[in-house]
Amino acid sequence: MSLQTDKRDFSERTLDGLGDSFMRNAVGSAQDSLKTRRLSAATTLGDWEQWRNVGQLIRQHTLQNLDYYLEQLADNVEKQGGHVYFAATKEEASSYIRDVVVRKQATKVVKSKSMVTEEIELNRVLIEAGCELIETDLGEYILQMDDWDPPSHIVAPALHKDRRQIQRVFSEKLGYTGDETPENLAGFARTVLRQKFLEAEVGITGCNFAIANLGAINLVTNEGNGDLTAAIPKTHIAVMGMERIVPTLEEMEVLDNLLCRSAVGQKLTSYITVMGPSAAGETDGPEEFHLVVVDNGRSDILGSEFNEALQCIRCGACLNVCPIYRHIGGHAYGSIYPGPIGAVITPLLGGYDDYKELPFASSLCGACTDVCPVKIPLHEQLIMHRQNIVQQRRTGAGDRLQMKAASRLLSSPALFGRSLRFAHSASRLMSKRGRIVRGPALIHGWIHARDLKQPVKQQDSFRAWMEKRKGGAEQ
Amino acid sequence: MKVSIFSTCLVDLMTPDVGIAMVEVLERLGCEIDFPASQVCCGQPTYNSGYLKDSKLAMQNMMLAFEHSDYVVGPSGSCIAMFHEYPKIFKGDPQWELKAVALKEKSYEFTQFIVKVLGVTDVGASLEGTATYHRSCHMTRLLGEKETPYQLLEQVKGLQLEPLKNSDNCCGFGGTFSVKMPEISEQMVDEKCGCIKDTGADILISADMGCLLNIGGRLSRKGEPVRIMHIAEVLNQHQSVVSRGGSRT
Repeated sequence: MSLQTDKRDFSERTLDGLGDSFMRNAVGSAQDSLKTRRLSAATTLGDWEQWRNVGQLIRQHTLQNLDYYLEQLADNVEKQGGHVYFAATKEEASSYIRDVVVRKQATKVVKSKSMVTEEIELNRVLIEAGCELIETDLGEYILQMDDWDPPSHIVAPALHKDRRQIQRVFSEKLGYTGDETPENLAGFARTVLRQKFLEAEVGITGCNFAIANLGAINLVTNEGNGDLTAAIPKTHIAVMGMERIVPTLEEMEVLDNLLCRSAVGQKLTSYITVMGPSAAGETDGPEEFHLVVVDNGRSDILGSEFNEALQCIRCGACLNVCPIYRHIGGHAYGSIYPGPIGAVITPLLGGYDDYKELPFASSLCGACTDVCPVKIPLHEQLIMHRQNIVQQRRTGAGDRLQMKAASRLLSSPALFGRSLRFAHSASRLMSKRGRIVRGPALIHGWIHARDLKQPVKQQDSFRAWMEKRKGGAEQ
Repeated sequence: MKVSIFSTCLVDLMTPDVGIAMVEVLERLGCEIDFPASQVCCGQPTYNSGYLKDSKLAMQNMMLAFEHSDYVVGPSGSCIAMFHEYPKIFKGDPQWELKAVALKEKSYEFTQFIVKVLGVTDVGASLEGTATYHRSCHMTRLLGEKETPYQLLEQVKGLQLEPLKNSDNCCGFGGTFSVKMPEISEQMVDEKCGCIKDTGADILISADMGCLLNIGGRLSRKGEPVRIMHIAEVLNQHQSVVSRGGSRT
């Protein structure tokens, strides 16, 4: 999978999402329960706002000194016998990993969930190289078994599926004969996956945060599959976006606290691990450790007006509160990064040619900005995207004309006064019994679903009322 | 206290009664009202659509319109929140930055002004009925004003307030969002209407006309008999026996 998961038009994808009542129910109830859990987990921390401030500070500090911390990280990984590779593009990243796998003559690879490996199309590259590759996160495994259905949520990739669909996938693809209880489905997957862990020669994980002064990485999972992926195979390859780094364990602790609470409403997840190259004399763990640091467009964001988007810790909290995501679901975004953060970073990584609709898929309600544990001003960044899109004249001619006309009208008292006079009479032509029933494209979508009263007559407008009072007072 | 009314273009064009109610409530609370006639719109529709340069014209017009006002009070958390964005938008602009800061500092949403500036929570209103309150996103999150509408509504005699499920969820208006992405917006407002219906309330109150036009339009289309009231209209419901701001038993 690459960044792009669906090449169809945004409107087509949206209608698909809106028409999928099952998915919408699943997303809606997941949002409702995650919201409550997140709030109670946040409350237990005490001053949540203070924690957010510290989280933001840590992310900003690290981004401002990214070159320093990356160098420190690389030095410390190499000092312990690990290998570090800085990949400028997604192709560089995935071919480096393929080369390691080929050199190891590995045919079986296990992976734990990682968004950045989706971004660099690692699965495709490794499968083409002849590997048997298995996703070990249960959600990702279900999607893989369902012919690589794309993920629809950053943290819960199979959020759009229910147990019946999962049972169907397992029985069709794996010969599962049990019932649809989550325990039995998970138990079945566990049995299959255990064997895969034991057979694999290479394990590939993501990285929640790299810890610069330790030369180690931090993995946060609820299933422990990340730990098994890293610990059992002889070779461990960890892949990270170049911004996913913290100076020391102390900052990691703060961010893990924010991450787990924001993502799944837990104080901490079941498994929080720090790992890296094995130390001399250690008998367990992998013999070889590679850390792949992926740029793939991030340097261009660094220091730009969108710099704050790099603060993201991929908790998915903005998806869990987004009213748009709630109704259209993750697939409608056409990107492995859906929701508000996806609408911000997907156009940055993939360009406006393919993604210029995403920044407009928001009512700018600000719920995402409000919930972000590291205080990314998400809705403001969406407006910045819109400004760029307008500036590059990528909006339609009709839109430009309407907006130019509107801005002239809304900035000129004389014009506005005159149009107040005409609004009522003009709308009479489009109205039936005081309600507007037809009109230009601009209001078409509105009146399709809602009643719209006619504007008042100019003499009944509020400003006319104020004028009359003033006149009356003076007389 | 001298107060300049910012009526907002929606109130001007569609719901003058809201503006009138606001003026009457503020006058009862002892304010002296004026209406700078050169005001038009805060510029939000074009700004949020990405037309920065064009929207600045509307914003500059507003800064000039209210240049000599002591306080600017409007019946919309969303439009006042837009005023509060001006300093960010005109940052570094020698001609406009200070004017932007000045406008921000003297602008208040209607309920915010009554509670925080006038220090009043009981305006002497009374209205029999069961109501639910819709929190508009821009007022709650962007302006950061969560409590003042509730503080005022709790004092309205005879009014029973029912909590609204998922009250944090946007109603789908979002200015031009509702016309640019009508299919998504329709689903959002539909869900909102369902939650309103579930409260059993016969009145829907909000402090933002955009949301009320959106939700009200959908409720009307669905034939739901819910009465739509801007909070200014609610606070303007009073019986002559109730003395202004006085205690009631």
